Amino acid sequence: MTDTSLHRGISVHRIGAMILRYWYLLLSSWPRLLELLYWPALQVITWGFLQLYIAENASFFARAGGTLIGAVILWDILFRGQLGFSISFLEEMWARNLGNLMMSPLKPIEFLLSLMAMSLIRLAIGVIPMTLLALFLFHFNVYALGLPLIAFFCNLIFTSWSVGIFVSGLVLRNGLGAESIVWTLMFAILPLACVYYPVSVLPAWLQYVAWALPPTYAFEGMRALLIEHTFRTDLMLEALAINVVLLGASFWAFLALLRSAREHGSLLAGGE
Amino acid sequence: MTENDEASSLPTVADRSPPAAIAVDHLVKVYKQTRAVDDISFSLPRGSITGLLGGNGAGKTTTIAMIMGLVLPTSGRVQVLGHRMPEDSASVLGRMNFESPYVDMPMRLTVRQNLTVFGKLYAVKNLSDRIAELAEDLDLTDFIDRANGKLSAGQKTRVALAKALINQPELLLLDEPTASLDPDTADWVRAHLERYRRDNDATILLASHNMLEVERLCDRVIIMKRGRIEDDDTPEAIMARYNRTTLEEVFLDVARGRVNGAKEAAR
Repeated sequence: MTDTSLHRGISVHRIGAMILRYWYLLLSSWPRLLELLYWPALQVITWGFLQLYIAENASFFARAGGTLIGAVILWDILFRGQLGFSISFLEEMWARNLGNLMMSPLKPIEFLLSLMAMSLIRLAIGVIPMTLLALFLFHFNVYALGLPLIAFFCNLIFTSWSVGIFVSGLVLRNGLGAESIVWTLMFAILPLACVYYPVSVLPAWLQYVAWALPPTYAFEGMRALLIEHTFRTDLMLEALAINVVLLGASFWAFLALLRSAREHGSLLAGGE
Repeated sequence: MTENDEASSLPTVADRSPPAAIAVDHLVKVYKQTRAVDDISFSLPRGSITGLLGGNGAGKTTTIAMIMGLVLPTSGRVQVLGHRMPEDSASVLGRMNFESPYVDMPMRLTVRQNLTVFGKLYAVKNLSDRIAELAEDLDLTDFIDRANGKLSAGQKTRVALAKALINQPELLLLDEPTASLDPDTADWVRAHLERYRRDNDATILLASHNMLEVERLCDRVIIMKRGRIEDDDTPEAIMARYNRTTLEEVFLDVARGRVNGAKEAAR
């Protein structure tokens, strides 16, 4: 994986080989599979009951049915998407297998594409049952959002990959000592992306920061859809434009961190 | 012409002869204040087995890592099978392979799953046949469907060797290939490496602390100390030069700074 070109001679077979490697791992470990289901289910149940309680006691929430539980599901797409990407990467660090991959013909872009595919697979395993729980327990059908759901999903997953790529680069450069960033960085976005409240709640100066984050557009878009029954295409396009920049920047950062890791011999150390 | 001179004239496009398996030219690696590798040059012809010797911190692993492209040199050049590393690594990584105690195979995957994944990464044709062949050659059949983490050290080493041979590499880089193995398994691995070199005309570069292993396997020895090449010749010539009967004695002379005395005594 020493070739630093992003796209030259990408091999679908090599990407498939990496997906197979993670698939074997998932199938070999029931705790890993259970963990994928456990947290999303816990989240949706907790927030779903909270939403029921609030809806019974506040006319606004009664009218804006589903905004909280919808926010929980979209937040999980963002958070679990990044974790699904990063955990597959960390599996290589934990297994001390990165050297084998680096010395193989696998290219960095193929490695990243396989991690993206795995984030989708892990997300599907965790979030689809979560949406079914929301449907059966709270009568909230996220799929009723229709086509806008695809726009929300794409923007959120692109952001999750950008963060995943960047933090993987940090771990590559700094070793497992930087592992905690994988688990915590997305939470720094949580208050600023206005997951559970509108952007207008923030002080004016902080709203500029919020609008620099693509997830903000998805959550605002979801609220517009559920409360005003309007699909804000403008928000989705703006989010997509920022996501394109973020993804490009994260690829660049990953390659720069990989190069730095090779300069400092971090790939040999691999540990803390 | 010395080895160093030979290496500094790296093959050009106009050369008719096949390029050296490895050509290292004035290679330097500096980590902050430490010169881990200090201006070394050598060239390994195809089909040779070369031992890289030296104490801990001599620069062997860093040298091998630079040859593989895992570490970037501070200065100097590396060519592998005629291609610049790491710039042209895409052209050679599929033709080489390695084994090192610094990396593991995924523990939860079975031996067969591991070999399948790596075989696909190396685009091995008729992969299931190749895995069956390796399982036969390296005696993996009894535990091929067992998780890698449940194998003994000797079994893991054989699996790592199978991974290193999955693509029938022209160039094999081995870092301590028999470390922590019992004498029987270690001997078995050495015999397999000898056979692989003979049958495939492969080039092998191995870093080792096991002097008997180097004497048995290698037709050339490069001794490193503090990042520099201390000596470079056939095992027999080196032993004669130091007036010693084993490489272990030579190693101790070099490690303890008795080099000049030993060489003078030999003269």
